[in-house]
Amino acid sequence: MSEITFSFDDKLYQGRKGEPMAAALLRNGLLCITNSTYHGRPRGVVGLGVEEPNAIVQLVSGTQESMLPATTIELYDGLAARSLTGIGSLPEIRDEARYDKTNRYVDTLVIGAGLAGITAAGEHLKSGHEVLLIDDQPGPGGHLRHLGIELPSSLRDVLAHKNLVYLCRCTALGLYDQNYVVAIERRSDHLGNAAPDKRARIRVWHIRADKIVLAPGAFQRSLIFANNDRPGIMLSHAAATYVAKHGVRIFKRAVVSTVDNQGYRDAIRLHENGVEIQGIYDARATAIEPSVDAARKAGIPIHFRTTVLDTSSEPGSEGALRNVTIQHLDTKETFSVPADLLAVSGGWTPIVDLATHIGIKPQWSEEHAAFLVKHSSTRLQTVGMLSGDFGGNDDPTVFFGPMLDSEKSRDAYIDLQRDATLYDLHRAVVAGLNSIEHIKRYTTIGTAHDQGKTSGMLTIGALCQLGDGTLNKKVSPADVGTLSFRPPYVPIPFVALAGRERGQLSDPIRLTPIHQWHVEAGGVFEDVGQWKRPWYFPKPGETMDEAVRRECFVARNGVAMMDASTLGKIDIQGPDAAVFLDRIYTNVFSSLPVGQCRYGLMCKTDGIAFDDGVTTRLGENHFLMTTTTGGAARVLAWLEEWLQTEWPDLKVYCTSVTEHVSTIALVGPKSRQLLQALIKDIDLSKDAFPFMHSRQASIDNIPVRIARISFSGELAFEINVDWGYARHLWERLWNLGQPYNITAYGTETMHVLRAEKGYIIVGQDTDGTQTPYDLNMSWIVSKKKEFLGKRSFQLPYLKSAGRLQLVGLLPEKQDEVIPEGAYLTVLNERPNNQGKTPHVGYVTSSYYSPAIGRAFALALIEDGLSRMGEILAVPIGKKILNATICDSVFIDKENTRRDS
Amino acid sequence: MIYIPCPYCGLRNETEFHYGAEAGVAYPDPNSVTDSEWTKYLHIRSNPKGWHAERWVHFAGCGRWFNLWRNTITHEIGPAYLPFTPQPTSPANNNQEGSRS
Repeated sequence: MSEITFSFDDKLYQGRKGEPMAAALLRNGLLCITNSTYHGRPRGVVGLGVEEPNAIVQLVSGTQESMLPATTIELYDGLAARSLTGIGSLPEIRDEARYDKTNRYVDTLVIGAGLAGITAAGEHLKSGHEVLLIDDQPGPGGHLRHLGIELPSSLRDVLAHKNLVYLCRCTALGLYDQNYVVAIERRSDHLGNAAPDKRARIRVWHIRADKIVLAPGAFQRSLIFANNDRPGIMLSHAAATYVAKHGVRIFKRAVVSTVDNQGYRDAIRLHENGVEIQGIYDARATAIEPSVDAARKAGIPIHFRTTVLDTSSEPGSEGALRNVTIQHLDTKETFSVPADLLAVSGGWTPIVDLATHIGIKPQWSEEHAAFLVKHSSTRLQTVGMLSGDFGGNDDPTVFFGPMLDSEKSRDAYIDLQRDATLYDLHRAVVAGLNSIEHIKRYTTIGTAHDQGKTSGMLTIGALCQLGDGTLNKKVSPADVGTLSFRPPYVPIPFVALAGRERGQLSDPIRLTPIHQWHVEAGGVFEDVGQWKRPWYFPKPGETMDEAVRRECFVARNGVAMMDASTLGKIDIQGPDAAVFLDRIYTNVFSSLPVGQCRYGLMCKTDGIAFDDGVTTRLGENHFLMTTTTGGAARVLAWLEEWLQTEWPDLKVYCTSVTEHVSTIALVGPKSRQLLQALIKDIDLSKDAFPFMHSRQASIDNIPVRIARISFSGELAFEINVDWGYARHLWERLWNLGQPYNITAYGTETMHVLRAEKGYIIVGQDTDGTQTPYDLNMSWIVSKKKEFLGKRSFQLPYLKSAGRLQLVGLLPEKQDEVIPEGAYLTVLNERPNNQGKTPHVGYVTSSYYSPAIGRAFALALIEDGLSRMGEILAVPIGKKILNATICDSVFIDKENTRRDS
Repeated sequence: MIYIPCPYCGLRNETEFHYGAEAGVAYPDPNSVTDSEWTKYLHIRSNPKGWHAERWVHFAGCGRWFNLWRNTITHEIGPAYLPFTPQPTSPANNNQEGSRS
């Protein structure tokens, strides 16, 4: 491996390309890497991988990602990082890296490329399966990699098989129903600046597999003793690997504390690499295994029925380990052993996380001193350490640490990241908490970045020693049970989940065919669903208020135009189309003559108004329905649901044509004059072309459909044209309208104009509890026919007093526009005994009307329709406005303008 | 994310579907039901623990409605069937551990 230079806390160090940063830090003598989050105690590297609770760093180079275990960072030249005290900070730069996602369907997915995983992959290849093998390490082999042992050739053949895809640096985050796995593959971090430009930094894999093999392996765990958090106290497998594989030479004298044979194997590795082993302190009474004999032959002193009770540092050692206090478990005698490394082997904790994601409960095995998942079905199989195959005779005893007095328990750490101690756990138990899930939340154990990877099993062990509230009554881990783990298995950046759907691509943007004209005209846009709609068109120097008042004035006094292309449009055809619409709308459509339009309101079966719009009968069996801009998809789904699930006998097709037909509204007293100049083939006069009629015509030989529909209450024409011709038509009208001072207007003016006429917007002037009657629209409810929702109007609760009803509202001060959403209270009402003044409704739409020269509003008010003329109070912050309930039509009640 | 067998398109991810609540709730004759029968139709569903016949629509695919047996405890998916076709019997109860996989 080539030498590289990296920086940590602004100092330069030498490392080896590709090795874990933790290894390089240790080799460079950085035993103490940070201080703990809450207690400020010095801490160093403990583990080998994602389980690392202490050595959490923030990158200064690259993406500046935070909260990364130094054990998982692969070094490259120029890498820069800094230490963190438990809490990271968000990078100040925008993450410009590329992220993507992919889907994969495979016969067999094997998670974990250790011995067990690769072996299982080989077996499934033999059965003819295509296999995807994923593993979070930079290379295959699992523990063999840490031991520096090459894979046997039979397993190398498996990896080279043409039906196997092996992804390294790929971590399964979650296992979900029906064999669905989400995994992330880190593809460029290890390359540093040499990473190809366009390569996605992280790829999210969505994998569906017929069969999943879980071979995640296990974490080694520590023991609970006093001062078990000093730099120099490590998991024995990690310590041996750093020394033997990564050439860490900073440890001179080591103590090994163990509950199984793994401690012996690690002691031998340390011994063979020049670390003097002071002794192996084994909690068991005896041990029989080749590694025990080997340790003995190597001259390592072995002490049974002993364990570590406490540790100490010395002045000048910066909290790092100098002495280990050993306790004899039977005699309770203690003695001290000098050491700068304490390698702890507290047993293995198989990684049960993924299995528990889908609800599998791990089973306690006394023999393995571990929770296992033994599962073998045609869909899911566990192998390796997770299933209890520890690959050797570890012969562990169930032991989590010596009994500690209250004093020592304050320094006995269970969760190193949360600085949660045995004392904290004891407090939780004596407080009466007996469920591990409650204890977790009380003590915060397992809630840090590592989500209990090292602390979970220790908590269970400690609870066993503490008993169920009494210190003397022991219970088994089987009784305590495991925590339930939830995805993701390791922390991941949100940006990886977002993939390429960021910024402009975070949501589709829908544009009308006239959009570019609006942009060029200086329009200000608002989002309506995914649509960009012009909000208003300010002239230079104009405020929004000024622009809207001008646009309103022109629409009511001259001619103005609006792009209404976003209106939802559904083409409805078939011999039963009219019958169908009669069932959907509250009013009758079968009586509508061809070539005419009718406003319709639809309710859900519960009688609540759901959408509205104008529907035109284009032919005997052909209707064009319009819906609200935001309601188009909802309405089409509603129509389809009834056609498919209740009325299969109706011969009707519904097709969304929203983006086929563009609509331009030409509005104002001069609109007829202007349009007639363009249209030669039909007569637009009042008598020849009355309100709510629709006519085919042509402009510049372009077929158009003109409809006398008005959402403003003015004389108005809606010009419907194929999407592609809309811009041309818009500009023709614009140019021809110049002598009339034609004005384009946006959604704000549209709202003012429609509210002046009391035209509702479903969803703005309704809140999902209004029947047509509550909206003062009893005229639209047919008494003659059946329709969806009709039966509900008979229900007492839809007829009872106190319902919110839509009315108009005039503020006392003519120029005071009440904020929309403002609550209304009864005038001079005193606060009730809860200190609150009950409200009787709220404002749904509120604008200034140039036409009536004052502010006005629409409001939903309890029994509002029978309270005309009542003055209500509108508390706005500290001031109280008065407003009078009135009819919701503010202009042209007789519809003379509209019908002119 | 459950894996749903659309009768028209085959197995697809849950994100392509919308849930349509309990299947087989008949639309009553509005003129012959009492208020309480009507509100029961509007608002009361069986919500069982275990196998549940549900309506789903493949909105991001073929756009068709169909019915599906699903186990609300284990998330197992049973057979799908079309509206107005006989309902297959619910799959056998299988409360073994890991039946969700």
